[in-house]
Amino acid sequence: MIIKIEDLSYIYNQNTPFEMKALDNVNLVINEGEFIGLIGHTGSGKSTLVQHLNGLIRPTSGRVIVDGMDTSGDKKNLLKIRQKVGLVFQYPEHQLFEETIYKDIAFGPINLGLNEEEVQQRVKKAMESVGLSYEKLKDRSPFELSGGQKRRVAIAGVLAMNPKVLILDEPTAGLDPRGRDEILGELKKLYEEENITIILVSHSMEEIAMLVNRIIVMHKGKVAMDGKTREVFKEKKKLEELGLGIPQITQFMREYRMKGNPVDDTVITVEEAKNELIKYLRSKGND
Amino acid sequence: MIRNITIGQYFPADTVIHRLDPRIKILIVFMFIVSLFFIASFYPYALILAFIVLTVKLSKIPFRYVLKGLKPLWFIIIITFIINVFMTKGEVILELGPLNITKEGIRQAVFMALRLIFLVIGTSLLTLTTSPISLTDGIEKLLSPLRKVGVPAHELAMMMTIALRFIPTLLEETDKIMKAQMARGADFESGNIINRARNLVPLLVPLFINAFRRADELAIAMEARCYRGGENRTRMNELKLNRNDILAISFSTIFFLLIILTRYIGIRGIL
Repeated sequence: MIIKIEDLSYIYNQNTPFEMKALDNVNLVINEGEFIGLIGHTGSGKSTLVQHLNGLIRPTSGRVIVDGMDTSGDKKNLLKIRQKVGLVFQYPEHQLFEETIYKDIAFGPINLGLNEEEVQQRVKKAMESVGLSYEKLKDRSPFELSGGQKRRVAIAGVLAMNPKVLILDEPTAGLDPRGRDEILGELKKLYEEENITIILVSHSMEEIAMLVNRIIVMHKGKVAMDGKTREVFKEKKKLEELGLGIPQITQFMREYRMKGNPVDDTVITVEEAKNELIKYLRSKGND
Repeated sequence: MIRNITIGQYFPADTVIHRLDPRIKILIVFMFIVSLFFIASFYPYALILAFIVLTVKLSKIPFRYVLKGLKPLWFIIIITFIINVFMTKGEVILELGPLNITKEGIRQAVFMALRLIFLVIGTSLLTLTTSPISLTDGIEKLLSPLRKVGVPAHELAMMMTIALRFIPTLLEETDKIMKAQMARGADFESGNIINRARNLVPLLVPLFINAFRRADELAIAMEARCYRGGENRTRMNELKLNRNDILAISFSTIFFLLIILTRYIGIRGIL
């Protein structure tokens, strides 16, 4: 187990008329090697929750333990916690500030106090893992790039911290389909090759279905559902009550089955559905 | 963190004070400010305090919330206080090396600090009880007679609306960028003043870039809705004075005239 959340509650603007309970007694354990999808309606507490995981927000009550360190404990541990848990905010390209891409990505590693050689290695590796050419781009200004590329620079800036856990808050929001697929592909590769734990906040059930192996559903500051991807997507009614849904392809298979075709309607990706349909249609043809 | 600045933040409610015509409120605040500078003794401050307490009570804004508006100004208030304590000549009561603390100095310091505090509270009450839109409507209306002499009343009002409108947005943005850089190990809280200033670069650069981007987008959005300045522009809600407005302005005019008069006749003369 790498992150443990115990009885976590958080209240914004406590003791003012704008007081708002954003998290209400959340208990979660995040294990090493998981790829978690965090979903929920706007305002369900997802963003507040992820900011607790690296100590950017400290609990109003309850505890968050990262790799044995309490985020509300000794302030000296905060840098270590933030190194272990990398957080990529929504529209991370809005935080770029350096003259060159190299310098921007190096910001994190330099803050960690690494020497020049290590910094360089980290930057190079981070750029490569998000599909940016180190040689071609390192001396260019991040502001000349396209939206999708800027976002990758920002993600690389977090990856260069070498986090054990990577949290991404809607990393594909506002990107074109190609930019989206590229970023998702890079995440998948990172997960498979680098052995890091990933938490993906997303509104797209398709993205979630394609990538994650566990889903946590937030609703009104509480954990409403928590389970394996396939299990959670079986509960269409409950998800819809929470303002969410199931992947379109799952919906299609359910309706196809209701029309009298006994196919497996628990498939969640297009690929799975294709195989299932081929299998079904073949067996039907043989009859 | 930086969300406790209440200047320019509207506190929505439906009270007598909130419903007052913005022009009336602006005029009252104007009189309030002018009269503050006429005050020469401590007694009128009691009246000013009573006026503020009454307004806050009527507007149903929690006192704590009003006081929070002072938070970012403590520094200035304290500096003014210290300068006044040491720089005023008079009857010495304590010598600290080359510096003297005088009786007059302490009096002056408390006096100026109170003036600053009342000034800030009074003006923030205006923005707390008046939505930015009606506030600028009021300013525009009040300035419109000056259009004849070339004062761009509408443009000024529009600039103010936009500025006020973006204060909370910019604060939120600052909060977000700070957090994003902190997630990459940035430190905004420790170090000496030079280091701290340097550490602000990762915050300020994105903040400015985003502000320019926003300004651009806003300009396009306004043009897309055919905005072209104030000429021939009509409004949905015309400002109209009602009985409460007349009462409020009459009461305030008399009240602040009395406050100003205290300078010349002294409070005992009035009572």
